Parts: sequence; structure tokens; C-alpha cells
Amino acid sequence: MQLSAFMRNNFFTEIMATITYIEAISKGLWEEMERDSSVFLIGEDIGVFGGAFKVTKGFLKHFGEERVIDTVLAETAIIGAATGAAVVGMRPVAEIQFSDFVTTAFSQLVNNTASIHYRWHLSCPMVVRLPSGAGIHGGPFHSRNPEAWFFHQPGFKIVAPSTPYDAKGLIKAAIRDNNPVLYFEHKRLYRHIKGEVPETEYLIEIGKGDIKREGNDISVITYGSMVHMALEAAEVLRSEHGVSVEVVDLRSLMPLDTELIFSSVRKTGKVLVAHEDNITGGIGGEISALISQHCFEYLDAPIQRLGSLDTPTPYSPPLEEFFLPNTKKVVAALIELAKY
Amino acid sequence: MKEEKKKTKQPRWSDLNLTNEKLIKMYHSMLLIRRFEERAAQEYGKGKIGGFCHLYIGQEAVGVGTIEALREDDYIYTSYRDHGQAIARGVPINESMAELFGKVTGISKGMGGSMHFYDIEKGFMGGWGIVGGHTPLAAGTAFATKYQGRDSVTICFLGEAATNQGVFQETLNMAELWKLPVIFICENNGYGMGTAISRAVAGDNLYEKAASYMMNRGAVNGMDVIEMYREISKAITIARTEFKPTFLEARTYRYRGHSMSDPGQYRTKEEIEEYKKLDPIETFGRELIEWNIVTEADLEKMDEEIKAEVLKAVEFADASPQPPLEMLYENVYA
Repeated sequence: MQLSAFMRNNFFTEIMATITYIEAISKGLWEEMERDSSVFLIGEDIGVFGGAFKVTKGFLKHFGEERVIDTVLAETAIIGAATGAAVVGMRPVAEIQFSDFVTTAFSQLVNNTASIHYRWHLSCPMVVRLPSGAGIHGGPFHSRNPEAWFFHQPGFKIVAPSTPYDAKGLIKAAIRDNNPVLYFEHKRLYRHIKGEVPETEYLIEIGKGDIKREGNDISVITYGSMVHMALEAAEVLRSEHGVSVEVVDLRSLMPLDTELIFSSVRKTGKVLVAHEDNITGGIGGEISALISQHCFEYLDAPIQRLGSLDTPTPYSPPLEEFFLPNTKKVVAALIELAKY
Repeated sequence: MKEEKKKTKQPRWSDLNLTNEKLIKMYHSMLLIRRFEERAAQEYGKGKIGGFCHLYIGQEAVGVGTIEALREDDYIYTSYRDHGQAIARGVPINESMAELFGKVTGISKGMGGSMHFYDIEKGFMGGWGIVGGHTPLAAGTAFATKYQGRDSVTICFLGEAATNQGVFQETLNMAELWKLPVIFICENNGYGMGTAISRAVAGDNLYEKAASYMMNRGAVNGMDVIEMYREISKAITIARTEFKPTFLEARTYRYRGHSMSDPGQYRTKEEIEEYKKLDPIETFGRELIEWNIVTEADLEKMDEEIKAEVLKAVEFADASPQPPLEMLYENVYA
């Protein structure tokens, strides 16, 4: 008995570790680099400096400068070189220091990378890591959520994890995928979010969402940083209003897990689509249209959307707070929906 | 000229280890490109080829001189003016013509058209439709082959106008910094669409753009297949043995417009005629005859055979089916 209790305790401490979101990304990258020598990292200040956010701290020493490549400040060349390496058998993981800077590599991504397989049936297995999101007072050029630009371009897979568990499982799946995968990692979650992550290997299938909280009255369809606001708001709705809220974490934006979205909406009949990206032209518009088309007869209320306001991201902390969605705004939207 | 050669008693390529078969192949390849594209222009006129079609006519020596110096495990990237290099690399002309026709039998199954030829089996990594946009990909492929422990070389053809794109400078810097086995061959045909180079590029010698990176560089007569072969061979040796890039400016000329819709009002007929006197195929053919490698009759026979072959390619393309509509949704993902 004593021995088995000892084993069980050790077993549990061994298989589950509580780590931060940023550690989960690092661990996933590390494991994949250990597993497959065709995986290499390329980006600005990822080696000697360890990455602007230290995602790749310690990688250079362990894997060497052949596989952890500090580049010049040239995003177009980074993405182009990664693409050119991917088509001849490599699996590059490119880091764009802030997702805002991907704009300089836009032509490479949407013209070259995204269309290679369609034009030539040639696989382009690469990952672009895109630290994104506001709430860190980064101002207009260091706070964007640019996923919708790429959502509109066929050829990419797009993921945006919200938890350490998903972050690790998705980075590993992204590296093994034979398509270009855009991996949006939220800067504010890096060290604010901790969670349990198995030590044993696991992958998360790209294209599959996850119910982060089950509920019956209202569905919140969301991803990334807003999953946490939705979970907090759901608890407020339960304890203060007696309303049961389901939180659907998309995890993958392309392909979208429409089945999961539709089944949740058909159950609850009320839906809030929420993301940190600003509302107009955001992915939430497409999700709303799909719900309206496929779940119309189940809806008891108009589909509601919540996102950042339609302006550039202000630096001023109070203005940034006003601009961004937050738990209070989610609560307010849910209360409105509950009235129907 | 003939007398001068008799005096030297040796052809100017005697140092290059070129067999007669290789010399004839180079001539054949240039002529095949020329006849293929002349026919493509006719088919474009008939409406069989749509969209855009950029002809290589006049520049054949650049592609052939370069590609004949490569090994099978080397890679080639090029711009949207890509038919010539594809044919020089041995991409079959039936499938090439079918691609121009947009047919499912095309080399890119009709999904790319004139600007997006591709054949991985031959290391032909494609035509790319965004000016200068393919340059970092070539560097990436060169990085990969070096990483994989191979001694392959990657060629990157680009036009002179592409050197004005920022991505070109980003790529040159990286290529030299990381010592990549990539050779940039800038086909300076004098015009970026209708803009003469004197109106587009500051400075006299285009190849000096590589000077700020201390890259191995130089200019070569792009109307001369032997000179192209000679200079590329040197660059290939450097790339293969020292993992160092080279930037070569091949000075050449295109006889036709930028694309099929270009009447060429930005230059004179006299200018075009002057360049035609330097025609890479005619001058090389004369040399082959002068050195008794072929006879005039041999070349005429070859021309007839090529014309028949090209005609068959047109028939193949014409008879090939259109891509089925369901193909639209195929292959967005691997």
C-alpha cells in the first residue's frame, strides 16, 4: 500500500506539471526540435538574446546556431527563406517578433507561401509564430491581432491557443502539419496564465475546438485571450444571475470547428461571438454569418458580437482599457442576451 | 572573325571541357525555347492562351548557358518570365504548352499558367509572379541544402527591375552573411516593363548593388551562351566548395514586349535591330558551323524537327481536357 501510494503520488507529479503559457510554447518547441532534426528556428533575436519574450531562451546553447538562427531585421527575407527551406524538406519555425511586423512579410505569406501547394501540390510545412494582442500598453504598432487578414487567405491553417495545455499541444501539431500554420500566441497570456500540462507527449488536432465550460443558456464563441474573460464572466452570470453560460474555445481559426459551434448554439439558442481583434472585418463576422445560416431556427436572440473598438490601439492605459474588451463588457453583453 | 579563329586554331571554349554533343545541346535548347515561344505567341493571338504571357526571346543564352552548367541535384528559381529556363532544364514542352493553355495536363495542372511553371523532379522550383518575391526563397533553399549536408547549388534568376525591391537587398545581405550556396543571375534586359534601366536604377553598373555586401559579383555578356557558361561555372565552383553566393549581371535584351499586350513604344525599332545582330542563337550557330561541329544543313534539319515537336506540343495542349471543376477545391491544403 505504501509503495503504491508512493508510486501514484510520483506518477501524478510526473505526468502533470503546472507551467505558464510561455513555458508551454517553449517546451513544445524544444520537444519537437529534439524529435526531428529538420525543425529549425529562425527569427530576430531568438538566439543570443533568447527572444524578445524569451520563448527560445536556452535554445541556442542546446541546439546550436545552425538550428537557432538569429536573423537580420528583415521579415520578408525571414518568411521567404523559411518557405524556400520548407519546400525542400525542412520544417522551419519562424518567429515574427511582434505580429504587427508580419505586415512587411505580407506578400511572401499570402502570395508565395499560401499558394504553393495549390499551384504545385508541393508541401510547405512551416510554422510562423506570431506574438500578438494588446493589454500590455504596447501602443499602435505592438498590439495587433492580425489573424483576420490571413483568415481571408485560403492556404493557411491558423491556431490561437488560450491555455498552456493547448499552447503546447498546438505548437507540436503545427510543426508536424504539412501546411503553413500561423500560430498566434497572446503576449498578455505568456506569464499571466498557468495550467496543468502532461509531461507525456500529446498533440491537439488542428481544426478542433474545445468546450472550456459547459452551459445551457448562452454560448460564448471565442478564442485566445478572451477565453479567460468569458470564463470569468460565465462565473459572474452563474453566481449573480443564475444564467448558465457555455464557453467554446475555438483554438483553431482555420479550419473552423463549425460542428462544435453549431452544436453549442443549437443547445443554448443564444450566442455571443467575442474576440480581442476589432469588430469590423473580424473573424466574428464570418462566424456570425455561419451561425445565422445554419442555426437560424434555433436562435432565440440576435447574434451578439464583442471585440475591440474600431480604432488603432491607443497607448494611453485608460484609453487602451476603454478600447479593449474585458470581463465587464462580456458580462454586460451576456446580461443583454439573457433578457431575450 | 573567321580568319581570326583560324589563327588561334582553337575554339574559344576549348578551356571549358565542352563536348561537341554538349555544344549542340546548348544550341538545340536555345532554339527549342525560341520556337516554343514563337508558337506560344501565335497561340496567344488565336486566343488559345489567356492572361499574361511574357516571352524570353532574345535572352535564351542566359538561361541555357546557366542551366547547362548545373547538376541534376541543383535548384532553379526564376521570375514570371519562366518558360525559357523551364525548357532549358528539360521540363517537357507538351506539359509546358498545356500549362499555357490552362489544361489539366499542364506542368502545374493549369493552376499557375505562364508565370508559374514548376517541376520538382528537375529541381525547377518555379516561376514566381511577384517581382523579386522569389529571391528569399532561393536563399532558403540554399540554406536547407547546406543544412542537409548536400553540395547542391541554388540559382535565382531575376530581372533588373527586381533589384529595386527591398526584398532583394534583404536577401543579398542574408546570403552573404550566412554564406549560402546561391547564385543570383540578374537578367538585365534593359527594361522593367517600359521603364528603361537608366530611369530606374541609380549608378552605372547594376552588379555593384552587391558591393555593399562584399559579395562575389560581376557582369557577363548575356547574349553569349559560352560566356554565360564560363562565368556561371566559376560561380558554381565557389558556391559548391566554399558555400559563398555570387551576383552576376547578365546583359541581355528581349526582342518582344514585356508581355503580349506591349507594343513597345518606349524604344526604337533601330535599337531592337541592333540587338538582333547579336542574336545568341544565330551567332552561336555560325560558330558551330565555322568549327565544323555542325553543318548548315544539320541546323536546318534540327530547326525543322523542333518546329514539328512544338507543333505536336500545341496539338497535345489543344486536345487535352480542361481541369474538372471539382479541382478548384483540391490541394488548398497538403
